[in-house]
Amino acid sequence: MQLHETPFGLYQVTSFRQSFQPMPSILSISGVSKTYATGFKALKEVNLDIQRGEIFALLGPNGAGKTTLISIICGIVNRSSGTVTVDGHDINKDYRAARSLIGLVPQELTIDAFESVWRTVNYSRGLFGKPANPAFVEKVLRDLSLWDKKDAKAITLSGGMKRRLMIAKALSHEPRVLFLDEPTAGVDVELRQDMWAMVRRLREDGVTIILTTHYIEEAEEMADRVGVINRGEIILVEGKAELMRKLGRKQIRIELREPLSSVPDGLSRYALELSGDGTELTYTYDNQSDRPGVASLIRDLEASGIQFRDLDTKNSSLEEIFVNLLRQEP
Amino acid sequence: MNLRAVWAIYRVEMARAFRTVLQSIISPVISTSLYFVVFGSAIGSRITEIDGISYGAFIVPGLIMLSLLTQSIANASFAIYFPKFVGSIYELLSAPISYLEIVIAYVGGAATKSIMLGLIILATAALFVPLRIEHPFWMVAFLVLTAVTFSLFGFIIGIWAKSFEQLQLVPLLIVTPLTFLGGSFYSIHMLPGIWRTITLFNPVVYLISGFRWSFYGKADVSVGVSLGMTLVFLAICIAIVAWIFRTGYRLRN
Ligand SMILES: Nc1ncnc2c1ncn2[C@@H]1O[C@H](COP(=O)(O)OP(=O)(O)O)[C@@H](O)[C@H]1O
Ligand SMILES: [Mg+2]
Repeated sequence: MQLHETPFGLYQVTSFRQSFQPMPSILSISGVSKTYATGFKALKEVNLDIQRGEIFALLGPNGAGKTTLISIICGIVNRSSGTVTVDGHDINKDYRAARSLIGLVPQELTIDAFESVWRTVNYSRGLFGKPANPAFVEKVLRDLSLWDKKDAKAITLSGGMKRRLMIAKALSHEPRVLFLDEPTAGVDVELRQDMWAMVRRLREDGVTIILTTHYIEEAEEMADRVGVINRGEIILVEGKAELMRKLGRKQIRIELREPLSSVPDGLSRYALELSGDGTELTYTYDNQSDRPGVASLIRDLEASGIQFRDLDTKNSSLEEIFVNLLRQEP
Repeated sequence: MNLRAVWAIYRVEMARAFRTVLQSIISPVISTSLYFVVFGSAIGSRITEIDGISYGAFIVPGLIMLSLLTQSIANASFAIYFPKFVGSIYELLSAPISYLEIVIAYVGGAATKSIMLGLIILATAALFVPLRIEHPFWMVAFLVLTAVTFSLFGFIIGIWAKSFEQLQLVPLLIVTPLTFLGGSFYSIHMLPGIWRTITLFNPVVYLISGFRWSFYGKADVSVGVSLGMTLVFLAICIAIVAWIFRTGYRLRN
C-alpha cells in the first residue's frame, strides 16, 4: 500500500473533488493543532471538510485526538492554531452563530445528577437561546423512550438512560450539526438500535452527523464517509465505498474437486494457502497490490490441471482496512 | 445578549437553593440564633453597650456580614466548581453564551441567595433585639455590593479549585478568620493601639463598619472609606474574572 508514503496525497485528492460539490461544506477545519499544557501535541495540522447532511465517521484508536478535535470545534478546548468555521461562521469571531448550530453528545456521562430529566433538557434548550417549546422537548423525550422518566432525577437513571438523556440534551436545541463522541461505547443493543434509527431520522431532516467510534462495523453500517485519525493526524478521508474498494483486501476461496497434497510450483507466484484437508485454496490480494488478478489465476489453475467445484470471493471489512492502515504507520 | 441562557442558569441555581432549603437557609438561621444566645447573652451581660448601642443590636450587622460573606463565596464557588467536577461544564462551554452572561447568571444566582439569607437573618435578629436602620438605602447598597463582590470572589475560587479541599481552603483559612477579626463582635476602638492598626489591613473591617453605620449611624472607619474599599475589592474581582475568561484559565485547557 502506498498510502503511508503519501498520506496527504490521498486526502488532497479528496478535498479537490469536494470543491466541485455544489454545496459548500458545513464544517471546515484547517490547519488545526493542539498542544496541551503538558506539552503533548494532541493534534497536528488537521484539515477536514464535512459536507452538509452527511454522516461522517471519525475512526481512530484511543488517544488519537478525536475528542480533542471535537472539543475544539465545540468551544470546550482552545486550539493552539488553525481555523474552524461552522456553516461559514468562525468559531471564535462568530461563536454564537457557530455554537448554536452544534449539538454535542460527549463521550463521558456528565449530568447534574440532582435535576429532573425534564428540567435538565429544558435547561439545555434555554442555554442555547431557544424559546421554551414543551411540545418539542416532549417529542425528543418520547423518541428516546425517556418520557416515562421525565420527572426522575438523573441520579436514579440507569447508564443507558443517562446516555439517552445526554442525547436528548444535545437535540433539545435543534442542532444542524450533531457530534456523537463514541456514542455506543458500553451501550446495550436496544439503545444502539434506537440511536441508529435516530441518526437516520436526523439525517433525513438534513442534520449533519459526525461520530467517533472504535466499533468499525458502526462506521461501516452508518457512515457516508470515513476519516481515519492516528496520533493527532488525519491519515485519510474517503467515501466509505471508495475506501473499501481501494484499500479493501479480497479473498477468493476455491473449492477443489480433487484434494491436493501441495500447491503446484506453477502457481507459486500467487502465494496460495492450502487448507488442511487439501480441498480448498485461498488467494488473498488487495486492490492496490501488483499481484496478478483472478482471470490469470483461473487460467493458471487450468494450465496446472486443477479442477474446481466452486469459487467465492469476500471483501474485507472496514475493520481490517483500519488495522492495516495503522500497521502501515511508522 | 443570550438572556434565555442567563435565565436558564439562574433558575437552575435558584432551584438548587430550594431543593437544599435546609442547608441553604435553615442552617444559617440556626447558627445565627446560636451566635445570639452565646455571644449576645454571655458577652452581652458583661458589655452592655458599645457606642450607645446595646450589645445584642451591635452585633447584628456583623452577623449578617459574616453569613453574607461566607455564603456568597460558598454558593458561587460551588455553583461553578460542581459542573467542573462532574464534567457537565462541557455544555456551558459549548453554548452560545458570552463570558459576561455566564458571570451574570452564576454570580447573580449566588448573590440573590445570600441576599435572601441576609434578610432572613435580619428578620431572625429582629425577634431577639430591637433594631433600627437609619440609612436603609445604604443598608441595601452594602448588602448587594458585598453579596455581588464575594460571589465574584467565590466564582474565582470555584474556577481555580481543582479539588473539594482547595474549594474550602480559602474560605476556611482566610475568609473566616478575617471575618471573625473584622469587628463583628466588637468595635475596633476596643482593641489596644497596635492591634487596631493591624486590623485596618483587614478588608472585612470596612465592610462591617460601613454596614453597621447604615444601621446605627456609628462607624469604626469613615463610611466613604468603607464604600471605597468595597468598590476596590469588587474591581479587583472583576479584573481577575476578565483575565480568567480571556485566557481560558482552568476552563478551556
Ligand atoms: N487535558 C489534557 N492534557 C494533556 N493531555 C491530554 C489532555 N486531554 C487529552 N490529552 C491527550 O491527548 C491525546 C488525545 O486525547 P483524546 O482527544 O481524548 O483522544 P481520543 O478521543 O481519540 O481517544 C491523548 O494522548 C490524551 O492523553
Ligand atoms: Mg475520545
